[in-house]
Amino acid sequence: MSKARSALGRTVAAHSVLGLYTLIALFPVFVVVINSFKSRKAIFGDPLAIPTPSTFDPVGYTTVLAQGDFFLYFQNSLVVTIASLFFVLLFGAMAAFALSEYRFRGNTLMGLYLAIGIMIPIRLGTVAILQMMVASGLVNTLTALILVYTAQGLPLAIFILSEFMRGISDDLKNAGRIDGLSEYKIFLTLVLPLVRPAMATVAVFSMIPIWNDLWFPLILAPSEATKTVTLGSQVFIGQFVTNWNAVLAALSLAILPVLVLYLVFSRQLIRGITAGAVK
Amino acid sequence: MGALSLSKITKSFGNVDVIKGVDLTVNDGEFCVFVGPSGCGKSTLLRIIAGLEDASSGSIRIDDADITNAPPSKREIAMVFQSYALYPHLTVKGNMALALKQAGASKGEIETAVERASSMLSLDKLLERRPAELSGGQRQRVAIGRAVVRTPKLFLFDEPLSNLDAALRVNTRIEIARLHRDLKATMIYVTHDQVEAMTLADRIVVLNAGRIEQVGAPMELYNDPDNVFVAGFIGSPQMNFLKGAQLGGRGETLGIRPEHLGISRSEGQIPGTISHVEHLGGETLVYVRNVEHGLVTVRLFGEHKFSVDETVFVTPEPSRCYHFDANGQRIR
Ligand SMILES: Nc1ncnc2c1ncn2[C@@H]1O[C@H](COP(=O)(O)OP(=O)(O)O)[C@@H](O)[C@H]1O
Ligand SMILES: [Mg+2]
Repeated sequence: MSKARSALGRTVAAHSVLGLYTLIALFPVFVVVINSFKSRKAIFGDPLAIPTPSTFDPVGYTTVLAQGDFFLYFQNSLVVTIASLFFVLLFGAMAAFALSEYRFRGNTLMGLYLAIGIMIPIRLGTVAILQMMVASGLVNTLTALILVYTAQGLPLAIFILSEFMRGISDDLKNAGRIDGLSEYKIFLTLVLPLVRPAMATVAVFSMIPIWNDLWFPLILAPSEATKTVTLGSQVFIGQFVTNWNAVLAALSLAILPVLVLYLVFSRQLIRGITAGAVK
Repeated sequence: MGALSLSKITKSFGNVDVIKGVDLTVNDGEFCVFVGPSGCGKSTLLRIIAGLEDASSGSIRIDDADITNAPPSKREIAMVFQSYALYPHLTVKGNMALALKQAGASKGEIETAVERASSMLSLDKLLERRPAELSGGQRQRVAIGRAVVRTPKLFLFDEPLSNLDAALRVNTRIEIARLHRDLKATMIYVTHDQVEAMTLADRIVVLNAGRIEQVGAPMELYNDPDNVFVAGFIGSPQMNFLKGAQLGGRGETLGIRPEHLGISRSEGQIPGTISHVEHLGGETLVYVRNVEHGLVTVRLFGEHKFSVDETVFVTPEPSRCYHFDANGQRIR
């Protein structure tokens, strides 16, 4: 009886701590969203107030949407994020499979080399990357961004996925070999489905830095046709005047796609985390 | 059609020699069991036969074909794993059909082969289920069925019963024995359990630390072991090893099975005190401690009353003694 009650107490305590944390984490998002629907005066007058009929003003959204290219920016961000994620997951899983499955000279060294990128930020190489992109004529293309983000995402992807793949039973892969499956088939039909939770974890962890990045779009693809949302929103932030309505509206809109992608991956993500991928 | 011959097979991982030169012939239709302690290289040898691991040197032939460098799927073998290794995304039927599908068999052929295997192992009712919906015993039957479907020249089993509980283990063992009689195929079966080896095998290969210690029929190994290792490994409870010199025998070590020791309260060769008694109904095991020889196991048939700390005398039957030299080799 007392044991049951103390377990209940612990559950309540744990949930209130988690609930409190959720509130704290969501509060800034909440403030951004409510203020995006208010007039400029109301934003500064009482930033924490919920919009009322008298303070409601969709001017932020109309400005953003009237700024003709915003949909293009959005599309650019989506293309870059999804394409980069696809390549990170594809190449990351392939490299992880090779590292975990095959014994070859320099296997460990190769694994370490590929993992170094986790510790060394890719931005340190910006100048060299820019030179390469100029030399190959990729400046102001989305391809440039996709290449850089793929490179940026691979180290963590390989690290997490190869740990997971080491855990997959050798017997299963060997059974496939005896039944005549090619190594590609073994990878695609036996191994990939079993590491889905890890793939989702990697997808979520790689997605947000790519979506939010301002640095590489600014340097590699600042042209009107290739701007991403994050870069596009900067037009509303001036040195002297900032159009807060528009900035908040743009930010609120920018959260949506990430939210959708997160919901797509979340069930697998939770399984991945509880399976001990990211301890 | 299904004779295997290994010649001078060795295997090293880095600078660790795991298989140290194995020569072996398995005859067509034979049930051959590899037995040995954990880590002695049984699985490695089996994987080399299957082609899942390359031998460092040596050659492998099935019938007259040299398959040393053939990929696993071209060796006409089938393998059953300890962990079942069923494809989680396929139904039982899909699992059994995959190999034939990969080999390009027609729908009709696949249908017939799956039907034959599933009726043999009574899997008919499970065909549409996925592995996750099966019990351990059913999974292992499916894994065996998947091997049967292929009609291979050679069946390989790697400790297929180790993950099953005791009752299921006995049933599945009987099923595998029946399968061997029905199919008359060559089978190689790896286990660390000498009871499985004794009950299933036509011929047992005893492995120790990457070498073959002895090859022979179960009773040959039991009655005529070549060395201390085989004598100790085959038979349960284990053979007693006594100090030969003290007993006036030849050689360094005198081996005597627990059932070939007499026990008496009044007189005998080796005095000792009883340290433990196990009553198993059909037999009674008495553990006697002697200062020189250590713990000696005596196996008596039927029920016997002995109590701990009693002083008794143990006497080996002279005709049943095995003598071993200082290197553990049998002196005949
Ligand atoms: N891939 C490998 N790399 C290094 N050592 C291995 C590998 N596979 C097996 N070994 C070693 O080889 C020895 C024999 O292993 P194994 O054949 O699995 O033994 P068992 O007789 O228990 O089946 C063990 O000592 C094991 O550590
Ligand atoms: Mg083994």
